[in-house]
Amino acid sequence: MRNPLADQVVEIKPSGIRKFFDIVSEMKDAISLGVGEPDFATPWHIRDEGIYSLEKGHTKYTSNAGLMALREEICHYMYRKQGIRYNAATDVLITVGGSEAIDIGMRAMINPGQGEEVLIPQPSYVSYEPCAILAGAKPVIINLKAENEFRLTAQELLDAITDKTKILILPFPNNPTGAIMEKEDLEAIAKVIIEKDIYVMSDEIYGELTYKGEHVSIASLPGMQERTILINGFSKAYAMTGWRMGYACGPTKIIEQMTKIHQFAIMCAPTTGQYAGIEALRNGDEDIKEMRVAYNQRRRYLMHAFKEMGLECFEPFGAFYVFPCIKEFGMTSEEFATRFLEEEKVAAVPGTAFGDSGEGFLRISYAYSLEKLKTAMERMARFVEKLRKEQKGQ
Amino acid sequence: MREELLRIIEKNSRMDLKELAVILGVEEIDVVNELAACESEGIICGYHTMINWEHTSLETVNALIEVRITPQRGQGFDHLAERIYRYQEVHSVYLISGGYDLLISLEGKSLREISNFVSDKLSTLDGVLSTATHFVLKKYKDHGTILTSKNEDERELITP
Repeated sequence: MRNPLADQVVEIKPSGIRKFFDIVSEMKDAISLGVGEPDFATPWHIRDEGIYSLEKGHTKYTSNAGLMALREEICHYMYRKQGIRYNAATDVLITVGGSEAIDIGMRAMINPGQGEEVLIPQPSYVSYEPCAILAGAKPVIINLKAENEFRLTAQELLDAITDKTKILILPFPNNPTGAIMEKEDLEAIAKVIIEKDIYVMSDEIYGELTYKGEHVSIASLPGMQERTILINGFSKAYAMTGWRMGYACGPTKIIEQMTKIHQFAIMCAPTTGQYAGIEALRNGDEDIKEMRVAYNQRRRYLMHAFKEMGLECFEPFGAFYVFPCIKEFGMTSEEFATRFLEEEKVAAVPGTAFGDSGEGFLRISYAYSLEKLKTAMERMARFVEKLRKEQKGQ
Repeated sequence: MREELLRIIEKNSRMDLKELAVILGVEEIDVVNELAACESEGIICGYHTMINWEHTSLETVNALIEVRITPQRGQGFDHLAERIYRYQEVHSVYLISGGYDLLISLEGKSLREISNFVSDKLSTLDGVLSTATHFVLKKYKDHGTILTSKNEDERELITP
């Protein structure tokens, strides 16, 4: 029989997270700190709007790009928060989660097989590299450094750019490190981006979750809107992961082609979610604020706990992750995470699941109640103590 | 810090001072001072515990009573409200806009005890025109806490 599979797909490594998931799921009483989604339920008024839309029988397709009312709300939101003006009719596409936008954005922009390069700063979310490969690009990894608090510097960017470079992925606020890029950081790289004439795919799905001033989008900087695909969505800000609601805003000519792929592959984002999304954008600011306050309290708690343990960790100001360094124990991230799970029954994700530069780090999510985090940190302190004793004994 | 502190202890007044300081990102002494200030300013009025008596073997009966009263010259509704709220069994008293004047919530050991209170004490007060008593059959949510069900964490254990 002929091989039914595409080599390109088979060659993609399965996500490192998957492997770890299989071990964890066999442990019944493990505490997990490994989740990349909010612990809050979607605020009731948003859920209610989804239910209401079903009751009214809004169960048909919407236009390919999504409900106009929703696209208009997104434009208002972008102007209100970032001062960026988008045209609702031509510059916004509602997608099935931010993930779809990453995929079709790359497919709309890359000429397959021509060696066009996509720059991917890592550690970062697991989808960028496979999506770049599937789109026919050559992924080029930029290894971010702990000493820069995992921000992307202009020099790092400059060093990675070749005449084949087409897109820079900009994943901030960052999963898994919690790093943010502040305005000055963005201005520095924007200069390089414009000078070298490349495009940016800015994944700002965690944009509402920052704890040091408001998030700044690179698209708001002069000369950047016309070369940025801004990806955002409802999952993290409004605790709506299961609704699968994301969107992309960008230059008309790119959004037009993305909409074409979306039209053939997806048709339209789920209608119920779109109605709920309108309500979220109109009346959800307070919900975001409340959740952000709660995340920030937990973030402070974890930073304090690491300090007490004497564990090195830069202070992250975004998303809901901390990324402590475990290099002092002389093991790989995977070894540490596996032993931590087996001996203390706490699951945290090895940094290497997000790229080789995550080696020596651990992603700890604080999308959990304080009580749960407390128990987990007690166990972690005990574990760290034990490892240090072992090291001394050797 | 004040609002954030109050919002935390409104939900959990047992959190210790050190922990409050950590999650608020301030020093412990600041928390102590702020709590003291809130107490003396009458902002913090107590550190009660929320108990769902339905889960105990003790029988309690709750009722809400609408009361129409005649305001008194020079004292409005306050004087009569005070005569009512001084009763031990009265949990809360609100002055309400709309079809009646006071809304009273009451806790008693039995239907009879509440009935006796209404017929003997409340309705005989000078200035009370009428009462309407509603017995509570089930509490779904109280003080912002849902009493009927607990949500399980449905999330996968590990997600990217």
